[in-house]
Amino acid sequence: MNELLDRYAEVTGMDVINHISQLAAPLKGMKVVHVNSTREGGGVAEVLRKLVPMMDALGLDVKWEVLEGNPLFYQCTKGFHNAIQGFQIDLSEAMLEAYETVNAENAERLRSVLEEADFVFIHDPQPAPFLSFCPNRRGKWVWRCHIDCSRPYRPVWKYLRKWIHSYDASIFSLAQFAQFLPHHQYLIAPSIDPLSEKNIDLPEEEIKGVFEHFGLKPDLPLILQVSRFDRFKDPLGVIDAFRQSRKMVPLQLVLAGGGATDDPEGGKVLDEVREAAEDEEDVHVLLLPPDAHRTINALQRASDIVLQKSIKEGFGLTVTEAMWKGKPVIGGDTGGIRLQVVDHFTGFRVRSPEGAALRIRYLLHNMDKLKEMGSRAKRLVLENFLLTRHLREYLALMIGVLHGLEDRIDMTR
Amino acid sequence: MAEQADNKSPFTQPFNIKDCALVAMATGYKAQNLREFKEGLLRVHESSIYHHFWGRFLEPQFDEPEYSNDFASWVYRRLNEKALAEKLSVIDPTDYEDIDAIRHDLVECIEDVLYENEFVPWTRADEQFHFVRSQIVVLDTGRYMEIPSDLSFAVPEMTIGSIFYHFIDARRRTEDGSDDFSAWLTGWGDVYNDLRLKLMAVDPFFSSLKELRFQVTHVLEEYFGGGNS
Repeated sequence: MNELLDRYAEVTGMDVINHISQLAAPLKGMKVVHVNSTREGGGVAEVLRKLVPMMDALGLDVKWEVLEGNPLFYQCTKGFHNAIQGFQIDLSEAMLEAYETVNAENAERLRSVLEEADFVFIHDPQPAPFLSFCPNRRGKWVWRCHIDCSRPYRPVWKYLRKWIHSYDASIFSLAQFAQFLPHHQYLIAPSIDPLSEKNIDLPEEEIKGVFEHFGLKPDLPLILQVSRFDRFKDPLGVIDAFRQSRKMVPLQLVLAGGGATDDPEGGKVLDEVREAAEDEEDVHVLLLPPDAHRTINALQRASDIVLQKSIKEGFGLTVTEAMWKGKPVIGGDTGGIRLQVVDHFTGFRVRSPEGAALRIRYLLHNMDKLKEMGSRAKRLVLENFLLTRHLREYLALMIGVLHGLEDRIDMTR
Repeated sequence: MAEQADNKSPFTQPFNIKDCALVAMATGYKAQNLREFKEGLLRVHESSIYHHFWGRFLEPQFDEPEYSNDFASWVYRRLNEKALAEKLSVIDPTDYEDIDAIRHDLVECIEDVLYENEFVPWTRADEQFHFVRSQIVVLDTGRYMEIPSDLSFAVPEMTIGSIFYHFIDARRRTEDGSDDFSAWLTGWGDVYNDLRLKLMAVDPFFSSLKELRFQVTHVLEEYFGGGNS
């Protein structure tokens, strides 16, 4: 057994690894290429960083390629991102031209790798037109949407659909995100990696160390939200919830986030958050570098409650991370948070800062309940949201795509 | 008892342990009220009905589900129609010859409620029922059980995919709607009738697959004496 697989077996149990190995057997040696728009920052890069070596360990020939853009391109794709999540975004001709030019140039650069592959997974809208620039492709092409696509802004979606409709299949994180497309739409929830720096167990001193490092008070309950500084994550709503709870219970708040290289709007939102937090004692806004995985891990473990008060959310990997550390999560009642935060069992789903404040107060007054929910949260992640489950579904999908429309694919014959 | 019975039956083939994985797919059908729900049930591919009864076992779920299928859960949680949820929940798919017969009874139950009510129960736009279907990939583990007592060693080691395939999915494949283990034991004549009855008494619809593996293992340990016979 491969050393990497052995390490996962220690977390998930050997039966899970055996299962994945069996699924991978018919795919051994196949050339697989993943393409996305950044190696650092954001959930997609985090998943690929481990999914790719795992596929490799199972005997697939895997490559991870990254599209190289320019500021106008990223402005355009940030617009796509917001529009897919429902905002009315008008994109200029110049932006769309930059989008298509960058895609044509990158597809040209990667042409031989892409056209020779047995499977190409294109992640999110940034490299979606690649398929159209690879007319001699021989493999199956799958478009993977990581964004909440439940109610996309129609003009932008119609533009993107013309690039996506020719794919052999697409993947959405939840059924409600799937859109009308002339091919199979698979449903695969994302996952976290239990062995990454962000999720491994840490020594107690390292966890306690964050209090001193960031000037936090060890005797005050700690509420945390980890996310990009993005309007959809509602950081201002979190500060509002903190203000309301603090009237009743003493506590401190940390808003920790990093920027992603493909998010030009982050700086503006961060300024707004800093302004809102300026006069608040015990609110700490931390802009962390993209490689601060261990620090985030320690902050999550040091906190009492984790918030993810998103208004829109693709899946919410920060929710999964917090639950893996045995923390109850108060999350926005949206997207993939619904799949993870089982209301009253692994945390609470809320629709307003008032709702969040109410649940913060409830949990801090019921520490037994807080611990019980945290323990259930960890079990839910262990059984459903680790990388091994994600990988299993990718492998099943690959076999499924190779067999077309069959409901039952019997590989034993 | 087990030792006596474990002489290999000339009528029984070794049990080939299989495994499976399931991947879900969107169907495009969704429902926001009971009438749309009925229409969806009439239109969706039979693999969607299969998924919402059986396939959900391989999807994220927390502890014991309150209802035995996704249809009943949604009707209760989102439409607040408890009586209908109870009726939908007692539909046992193994009682039916095919999926269309199940579909027929699901629709009948809903039509009764639509007929009796003056208004159509509905829910919010973001709490709609999304009909999902699935593809199942069946794999050969290359492992076999020769005699029934092998079950007590093999089952605790099985993946949840194998448990799903042999204990849940089997109910759709076997003639009498039983699990594969019970069906295999019939090859030994009446010798293992007690064990068959105990296995068939394990209700698969209210447990996670891990819990189900534990329950089946417990039955086997009791029968074979801790797997050491």
